[in-house]
Amino acid sequence: MSTPLLEVQDLFCERDERVLFEGLNFSLEAGEIIQVEGPNGSGKTTLLRILSGLSQAFEGDILWQGEPIDEVRDDFLSDLLYFGHLPGVKAILTPEENLRWYCALHPHTRTEGITEALANVGLYGYEDVPCHSLSAGQNRRVSLARLYLSDAPLWVLDEPFTAIDKRGVARKEALIAEHAANGGSVILTTHHELAIRDNLRKVTLGGQASPGERMEVV
Amino acid sequence: MANGNEREMSLSRVFWITLRRDLMLAYRRRNDLVSPLMFFLMVATLFPLGVSPDPQFLSEVAAGVVWVAALLATLLSMDSLFRSDFDDGSLEQMLLSPQPLSLLVFAKICAHWMISGLPLTLMAPLLGLMLFLPQEGMSTLVLSLLLGTPTLSLIGAIGAGLTVGLRKGGVLISLLVLPLYIPVLIFGTGAVQAASTGLPVGGYLAILGAILALGMVLAPLAVAAGLRISVSD
Repeated sequence: MSTPLLEVQDLFCERDERVLFEGLNFSLEAGEIIQVEGPNGSGKTTLLRILSGLSQAFEGDILWQGEPIDEVRDDFLSDLLYFGHLPGVKAILTPEENLRWYCALHPHTRTEGITEALANVGLYGYEDVPCHSLSAGQNRRVSLARLYLSDAPLWVLDEPFTAIDKRGVARKEALIAEHAANGGSVILTTHHELAIRDNLRKVTLGGQASPGERMEVV
Repeated sequence: MANGNEREMSLSRVFWITLRRDLMLAYRRRNDLVSPLMFFLMVATLFPLGVSPDPQFLSEVAAGVVWVAALLATLLSMDSLFRSDFDDGSLEQMLLSPQPLSLLVFAKICAHWMISGLPLTLMAPLLGLMLFLPQEGMSTLVLSLLLGTPTLSLIGAIGAGLTVGLRKGGVLISLLVLPLYIPVLIFGTGAVQAASTGLPVGGYLAILGAILALGMVLAPLAVAAGLRISVSD
């Protein structure tokens, strides 16, 4: 068996003296999608922040391609696309300027694809409008346009469908499925019922009865 | 080797792009730039009214007043350095970029100095004139501020990085940072006073330069570490 892309071993996290998860084990292979489920406050966002390296408040091991993640941080970050609660979009910059800066920071992106990416998220014609005059959903779309620009194999998406309309959600889901079909991996949280069936696994958080319970392929 | 060269190219590119981005952000919100400058100007205007308009007295304290005003004006602008990046999630993206965070931070600090410390330095001769600073001290005032204000931005950034996760970081920044500002203030005003009385200033300026060099090397690393703590909460 090949080494999984990302492996989580015996992960433990507590917050404000409340155990969010303990003994959490799962691994992510290339081409897989993991949906992290759980009620509000069950630690979904915390888990994604830990996996992406933003938060260090955990015990346990996270391995990236078989190596401890702290030792291969640069390789890991080059391969990661993180979409958080905050869209990372500057209100006084235009969508194009925002994406340009993102591309400059991340080597595995295609600056020349920005116009096309914006068209793909339904923002054609808004390239030069400052983001503060766009709606909340449009701002999140600006951030989601990064999915079209990045060659990163691992996507970590925290509630990517919030404030996105139905058609937009369907397109993003198709994009995620396509990414997985091309050998990419996705970890996402969403309360939305995913239409994707292939290669989807669910990790359920929350509920003291079943800490770190793992549900197999649906 | 070619790879290393390419990496170097991309590092300097990232530096310039970040610098340009921050300058552009500042330009689009140029109203915010005025307030530290106004503060600077107001201190110098009100001081003679509050204390004494006597030219003899003012020329003695001018160096100190200009320096203290510049220091406080810089401190005033410090809290906003990482605030908006923190609030809109850009900071998370900076932390998750494979580019070295200290480099991005250094670019941001450079931009901050160019929009706060540099204008303060350029305005300083005007304030010196208003406060009857002796003519001999004028060039040293500008020179000492030119060496000192970047240090103020660098040190202030450490405080800003550590407190950006807190809702009300403003007061805490002052407490963290003011003790570290004191050497810069002492040698800055010392240089101007020495020049006004015709003494050599080389030593003072050399020490200011040394502090700046130390700050340029170490402060970005400290800021990067502070930001990681703030974001990780």
